[in-house]
Amino acid sequence: MNWSIIIESTLEAMVTKNAVVFALAAIGLNIHYGYTGLLNFGQAGFMAAGAYGTGIAITQWGWTIGPAAVFGIVLSVLLAFFLGLPTLRLRADYLAIVTIAAAEIIRRIVKSTQYSEVTGGSGGLNGIGRGFYDNNPIDSGLDLGIVSFSERELWFMVVGWGVVVLCMVLTYLLVRSPWGRVLKAIREDEDAVRSLGKNVTWYKMQSLILGGAFGALGGIMLTLEQQSVQPDQFFTPTTFFAFTALILGGAGRVFGPVVGSMLFWGIIQFTDVSLRQAIANDYIPTWLMDGVQAGQVRFIIAGGLLAALMIFRQQGLFGNKREVALDDH
Amino acid sequence: MSGTARIAGVSAVTRSVAYDPPIVPARPTQRRLLTLLLAALAALGLAGVLAPAAAAQQTEGGEAEAVGTIDYEGEDGEDVPVAGVEITASTADGEEIDTATTGDDGTFVLSLPGAGDYVFVLDPDTLPDGVSLRSEERGTLELSMNAGQRRNLLFPIVEGEGVERSSGSTKIAQVPQLAFEGFKFGLIIAMSAVGLSLIYGTTGLVNFAHGEVVTFGALLAYLFNVTFGLHLLIAGPIAVLLAGVFGGGFDRGFWRPLRNRGTSLIAMLVVSIGLSLVLRYLFLYQFGGRTRPFDQYAIQTDTIEFLNITMVRKDIWIVVVSIILLVLVALALGGTRIGKATRAVADNRDLAESSGIDVEKVILVVWAVGSALAAVGGIFLGLTEQVSWQGGFQLLLLMFAGVTLGGLGTAYGALVGSIIVGLAVQLSTLVISSELKNVAALLILAFILLVRPQGILGRKERVG
Repeated sequence: MNWSIIIESTLEAMVTKNAVVFALAAIGLNIHYGYTGLLNFGQAGFMAAGAYGTGIAITQWGWTIGPAAVFGIVLSVLLAFFLGLPTLRLRADYLAIVTIAAAEIIRRIVKSTQYSEVTGGSGGLNGIGRGFYDNNPIDSGLDLGIVSFSERELWFMVVGWGVVVLCMVLTYLLVRSPWGRVLKAIREDEDAVRSLGKNVTWYKMQSLILGGAFGALGGIMLTLEQQSVQPDQFFTPTTFFAFTALILGGAGRVFGPVVGSMLFWGIIQFTDVSLRQAIANDYIPTWLMDGVQAGQVRFIIAGGLLAALMIFRQQGLFGNKREVALDDH
Repeated sequence: MSGTARIAGVSAVTRSVAYDPPIVPARPTQRRLLTLLLAALAALGLAGVLAPAAAAQQTEGGEAEAVGTIDYEGEDGEDVPVAGVEITASTADGEEIDTATTGDDGTFVLSLPGAGDYVFVLDPDTLPDGVSLRSEERGTLELSMNAGQRRNLLFPIVEGEGVERSSGSTKIAQVPQLAFEGFKFGLIIAMSAVGLSLIYGTTGLVNFAHGEVVTFGALLAYLFNVTFGLHLLIAGPIAVLLAGVFGGGFDRGFWRPLRNRGTSLIAMLVVSIGLSLVLRYLFLYQFGGRTRPFDQYAIQTDTIEFLNITMVRKDIWIVVVSIILLVLVALALGGTRIGKATRAVADNRDLAESSGIDVEKVILVVWAVGSALAAVGGIFLGLTEQVSWQGGFQLLLLMFAGVTLGGLGTAYGALVGSIIVGLAVQLSTLVISSELKNVAALLILAFILLVRPQGILGRKERVG
């Protein structure tokens, strides 16, 4: 077992690509679930809207990154609107059903051969936003002993975590505003808020749109990092990686989703690399687990972690137990 | 669900000197390949635009050749060549140029005078009994050839009758067939979804792991059928019984303790989605990503024609057994003590409990029977499409659409709604690509939530 590789890749996973992308997606889910009590099980669909909106605008229409990203976010807003319209005046579980279905349908549409001229079909889109790395002002990598980053990784981390911090600041300001207090009141008791004359459905819609836009930002950062986008990156487990990260860190806390995402990817990467090392060194016999199966363990961990947290520690690491114990309306 | 007929590859005989990729009619599992081919074709098209003059000069540059092998995939996946099949080449104007007959190895060679557009036709009457073109229109290929080119022709051949019908002019003629398939699919959804709806009705839990209950049933049947070598008629019922026992045990050992410790419904809903992920990837871990058929009834070649509907025997059995089971469920709900108790609990749990009904026992029975029925659904799905680690999960969206349409939690709603959804999904392929047929289910879901959120059979109440 090569422990230095395990530790290095675990630490790297906690601060690079996936940690950033899923921090943004989980910040969005935090607006939905943590502050408003909405169950959005289709965050992957919002991420796909952002990623594909940006990707299509850049590769097909030749837009620059800025307007293309705005277009991706506009798509996610429209998606939120269309999903919210039939479901938000109903019980929470209807939104969960419709969003999980919609996200899966979006994945199938962008993957289908029918629209592959625009979306690239199952191969996805390549060569998105070369300008992102071309404008990299960082000209040398960083070596911190145990971990080291290339200049590309550093540039993505600077931009990515910058966006995350901005979103956190925005969340912090919003949830302390009168608007945010209405959201939290809806989470606690929808009927009470309605009886105070607030338009609950419209507030929920705003929450769905805002959280979905954060998710779209996650998808956009994913696209910029890898300069490409593939449909299967937005399959159902993507949503629940973000959900697990949120619950792990603590829903209803500004820092919760960000810390949760870092920890989540640390855990996933640690087990993944450890298992592969153990297989390579014959500590685990191949009849029990091979390399392909080691790659599937992450889904089992994510699902198990999510279920266990919801049963034993709904507030995660930093949440407030009383705040996250959602009652059934 | 486009049937079980295995699709024959028609493989290249020679290492062709052609630079064009062969024209392969799309089949669902080959989309990635097709995308690559399309990309390659596009690149070639571009090359053609750039070099028109050169191409024109080559017109007299020599004969072209069209070659191929006519074969189909046998029981064990081997290629079985078909001899004596006649293929004709003619110009776009209809002038016949060359005819070839396949040899014992299934190969044929057609000589063409030079560059131009050609039509290649396989004469279906020369195919031996028991094999046929995958679909009629696949017997004709229109290709343009360059001078000196050698190109592979691919005619997909299957054992039994071809199952794919043409789209376009004969849409009306497809309606009965699609309606039958939709009805069969709807019955499978209904059987899988009865448990989902009743569990919601009695406990308030939307069980996102119900798709995995469906898959579990199919995998159990696969275990007894293929791994242990029991006939499917024995393996199936064992799997259904075991699935019922596991379902009951799942409630007793997992969900009841959760209810007792006061876990909220929303938390349980999130728990169920976590479990769904765990179970699905455990299935993948054990079963692998490939879809696999049961040992029996995987391929049935003798078809039955009835009112323009082509079906095989297992289709009829699936429909008949499903209807019998669903009628039994309906009768049990309407007439037996436990059935009436179930409806009472679904209607108003507190009232049912105070009138002496053992609610926990009702829930246990609902879990057991619901899981057993879901297992039947999973096995039938495996018979129609083959067994897959995510078969049930892919059905989950349709189950949701079905039970919401019928009325979430109502006893009979799952039956009505699921059949409508099955029909809608299959019939929607008349107007949209079959890749996207599940979109129809989502549209139904959104529409019913907008106009009648309680569903067709649901009682109007405030659901918000």
